[in-house]
Amino acid sequence: MLYWPDERTLIVSDLHFEKASFFASRGVMLPPYDTAATLDALARLIVLYEPSRVIALGDSFHDSAGGARLSPENRAFLLSLQAGREWIWITGNHDPERIEQIGGEFCENFSRGDVVFRHQPGDGAFEIVGHFHPAARVSVRGRSLRRRCFASSDRKLVLPAFGSLTGGFNIRDVVFSTFMGGDFFAHMLATEQVFSFSAANCLPD
Amino acid sequence: MAVNMPDNPLLPDRFFRWFASHGWQPHAHQLALLEKARAARSSLLIAPTGGGKTLAGFLPSLIELSETPASHPKLSSAARTLRRSRGLHTLYLSPLKALAADIRRNLERPIGEMDLPIKVEMRTGDTPLSARTRQRQHPPDILLTTPEQLALLLASPDAPFLFRDLKRVVLDELHSLVISKRGDLLSLDLARLKALAPQVQFVGLSATVANPEELCDFLVPGGARADLVFAREGAEPDVSVLDFGAEMPWAGHSSRYALAEIYKLIERQKMTLVFVNTRSQAEMVFRELWNINDKNLAIALHHGSLDATRRRKVEAAMGAGKLRAVVCTSSLDLGIDWGDVDLVIHVGAPKGISRLQQRIGRANHRIDEPSRGILVPSNRFEVLECRAAVEALARRTQDTPPLRTGSLDVLSQHIFGMACGGGFDADELYKEVTSAAPYRKLSRKDFDDAIDFIATGGYALRVYERFARIRKGADNIWRLTHPRFARQYRMNVGTIVEAAMLRVRLIRGSSKAQETRGGVARRGRMLGQVEEYFAENLAPGDTFIFGGEILKFEGISENEVLVSRTKSAEPKIPAYDGGKFPLSTFLAEGVRKLIAEPEHWRVLPAAVRDWLELQALHSELPQPGNLLVETFWRGGRNYLVCYPFEGRLAHQTLGMLLTRRLERAKLRPLGFVATEYSLAVWCLGDVDGAIAAGVLSLDELFSEDILGDDLEAWLAETALMKRSFRNCALISGLVERRFPGMEKTGRQVTISTDLLYDVLRKHEPDHLLMRAARADAATGLLDIRRLGQMLARVKGRIAHRSLDRVSPLAVPVMLEIGRETVYGEGADALLSEAAEDLIREATSDAEPERPAKPTGTRTRLRRRAVPR
Repeated sequence: MLYWPDERTLIVSDLHFEKASFFASRGVMLPPYDTAATLDALARLIVLYEPSRVIALGDSFHDSAGGARLSPENRAFLLSLQAGREWIWITGNHDPERIEQIGGEFCENFSRGDVVFRHQPGDGAFEIVGHFHPAARVSVRGRSLRRRCFASSDRKLVLPAFGSLTGGFNIRDVVFSTFMGGDFFAHMLATEQVFSFSAANCLPD
Repeated sequence: MAVNMPDNPLLPDRFFRWFASHGWQPHAHQLALLEKARAARSSLLIAPTGGGKTLAGFLPSLIELSETPASHPKLSSAARTLRRSRGLHTLYLSPLKALAADIRRNLERPIGEMDLPIKVEMRTGDTPLSARTRQRQHPPDILLTTPEQLALLLASPDAPFLFRDLKRVVLDELHSLVISKRGDLLSLDLARLKALAPQVQFVGLSATVANPEELCDFLVPGGARADLVFAREGAEPDVSVLDFGAEMPWAGHSSRYALAEIYKLIERQKMTLVFVNTRSQAEMVFRELWNINDKNLAIALHHGSLDATRRRKVEAAMGAGKLRAVVCTSSLDLGIDWGDVDLVIHVGAPKGISRLQQRIGRANHRIDEPSRGILVPSNRFEVLECRAAVEALARRTQDTPPLRTGSLDVLSQHIFGMACGGGFDADELYKEVTSAAPYRKLSRKDFDDAIDFIATGGYALRVYERFARIRKGADNIWRLTHPRFARQYRMNVGTIVEAAMLRVRLIRGSSKAQETRGGVARRGRMLGQVEEYFAENLAPGDTFIFGGEILKFEGISENEVLVSRTKSAEPKIPAYDGGKFPLSTFLAEGVRKLIAEPEHWRVLPAAVRDWLELQALHSELPQPGNLLVETFWRGGRNYLVCYPFEGRLAHQTLGMLLTRRLERAKLRPLGFVATEYSLAVWCLGDVDGAIAAGVLSLDELFSEDILGDDLEAWLAETALMKRSFRNCALISGLVERRFPGMEKTGRQVTISTDLLYDVLRKHEPDHLLMRAARADAATGLLDIRRLGQMLARVKGRIAHRSLDRVSPLAVPVMLEIGRETVYGEGADALLSEAAEDLIREATSDAEPERPAKPTGTRTRLRRRAVPR
């Protein structure tokens, strides 16, 4: 997640709520604890930073019907997190439409000053986006480590996926170079710290 | 054997004449099986390789199928009418597709030559859909297939029609099927067959095993054991251990030192099989043999990672007698008769006696001639292991593992299959399942949990009722809620979860791996497969050895590893695992005994004898009933070396647990390394001192309760546990092996079972799959069961030696330190430098450089200054 102190804004991306139940509806019975786990993690951040605004950068629900599958407890919890603060749902490719009864405001993009928040990168001067679930791999003493990461260049910042059941997509994939614009960096998430690497020094999968 | 009378009632004229026309006589065990068949008894035939085992299994069916009711009117009135049924008469199950194909060819001979009206067909994953449909509607007399295909047949609504008249099931290489989850699935399918066709007879064919009664039990669901039939044992095998005197290496598994000798042996034979334990070893031995192959002998390579067409070529060349030697792994363990092998060379430790015996049985498929085997140990401990194995072979001992307890993930898969096959009544299915030997003790709760798991995932949070895949109807029958789930079952059937494999494709070398991505210009020859986790640890430009050549890693694209040829002479990445067997408990005992009994050392090479004598002098010999623990300082670290002889997996687990305890004791452990025989842990803290001062008790350090909380805490984190869980998740169908239509989007879309594991451990640690994964870990990757038995055995019997330098017996494990993590050039040089130091230190009679002590005396509990 990203916190912008001046704006007291907390930014998260790709929550993928109700991903397990989406799979369950297709006959793949994944453990139904993902939404609660993601909400718990989000709640801890909100308690810690007390933001006045929360932005979810899209793909907040794994599918458009996901809002309807929220359990009453999780729905109540999600609404309680929104009390006393602005809550922006940016729509994503998984959840392109407004979802009922989950509070907040819906929009395709949102801007503060020169910074544009959206799900997928566009042609803005500086954009903070999600969508790609970036992950980086580095080799340390003959062992390779793969972690979720932020990817940043002077034009784009891509947030890692926040959802508890989300995977990662290697930043060395050709897709990243098409929109990052020149050199960029991976900021890998470790247990207590973030470690930065030049993307060129990270390994492909 | 008074069997040569033409009017032998067991063998019809036609068959007798056929045997005679080839100058053969039926073996006694072939007639014995006929007799059992006439008496409607199931039977298990234990026979060494080359004993006419397969024909014995089929003879009763061939005879029954050749007899028409008209020619034997007296039989048609009996309850056991022998008639040509329109249904399937005999089902043959083999662990390998290739074996089934081989059997089919072998059956064609008697059927063709006697002109028998018998239709034999095969059914494998490659059988075209049209043929499969035809087989279900118009079954052949004899169907040759694999356990997975049987599971699929039983999960179809045609199953009752197809199997109603089934007379016999022949199970080939039963010993190899029962030791894995495949055996669990097979046992459930046999129970189903027995329910569909109560008249069915089971005929098991097996190599020699430790406990044949268990197999008899497995063979017939419901407690009516099969009768045991033993074939005459073959001639005593002629097995020896290659002796290399003083050159015998202290550690390592490469056997490089012996290659010239191996080459000479190959030169003297027409055909030699060189068995090794791992794929990387196979690659190394193959390459090195070719480096010294001045005579250009036809030496081939065969292992499970090589492309199937390459393997088939090698097999065909072997059969045609075109090869002089094949370097192979367990890929050539099973029954197919690949030409006349004169000699089996086994490189590396045998690990288990039964497997070794089967491998050596490959030399000479003629039962009356001794098969010849030569064992080539790659280090000093392996000399002991080879020696113990030779002695056990002479006593005809066996060490096949005990029968498994059926696993819950396989049970779940079976329940899903039964729902696909038209539904089941839970009470009846429970009765049926518990008639299978591995599931005899299954509780009704576990069974119901498995049903619940298949229906909705079995979560305490019951939120998936509306998505249930199976539901109980008003008639009490559980059925699929939608036919599409049958497809899901079919896509995921089976219990063989290979570590995810990536195909290796040869491309033209490029300076930048990037160029190879994006689907352009990367068509090249397929070389085979490697494990995904191996490939994931490679960085572009790394070189490794595969298929006998050194390749450069270029990158991964979707599910292919792209490699190019390289001129470099040494691979940078030393090895990739594949097919590691743990040391069998029985052989471990043999090694322990051999070490403890100096009077038997005369069979050992001089270098090994000297080594053990030095150990007795400088430290002491581990005794069968105790656990020797040595502590000493070296290079600023306090080492603790122990000798449990329980195999690498159990030692690794012990190493993890000891490190935790030493950490808590503030002794600052830095790492550990495990071998098959011993374990070394090293600390910055003063372990010696803590023991001497009574602060640290070895009895407590090695107490059984280490398997309690410490184990639980460690399991939470270990990647091994996650790997166990992944297998269970795939087998049980929690996640799909591949998503229909989604293959193209690549590996990113597959759900990470690691994430699922974390979620379940937190929210439902007692979920069915967590139980299944823990049960697997106990016997598999973590070998907790064996560790527990060892700890119980040595309780209160720990022999501690505080030494002032490394002991001779500790040298091998000390040499392993760093072997796994040091990559790149120079690692070998470093290693050999370190190796020489250690050896000098352990064997020298001179005073060690540090504080003096009288040479050769025992130095119990001496305090030492801590060199920092």
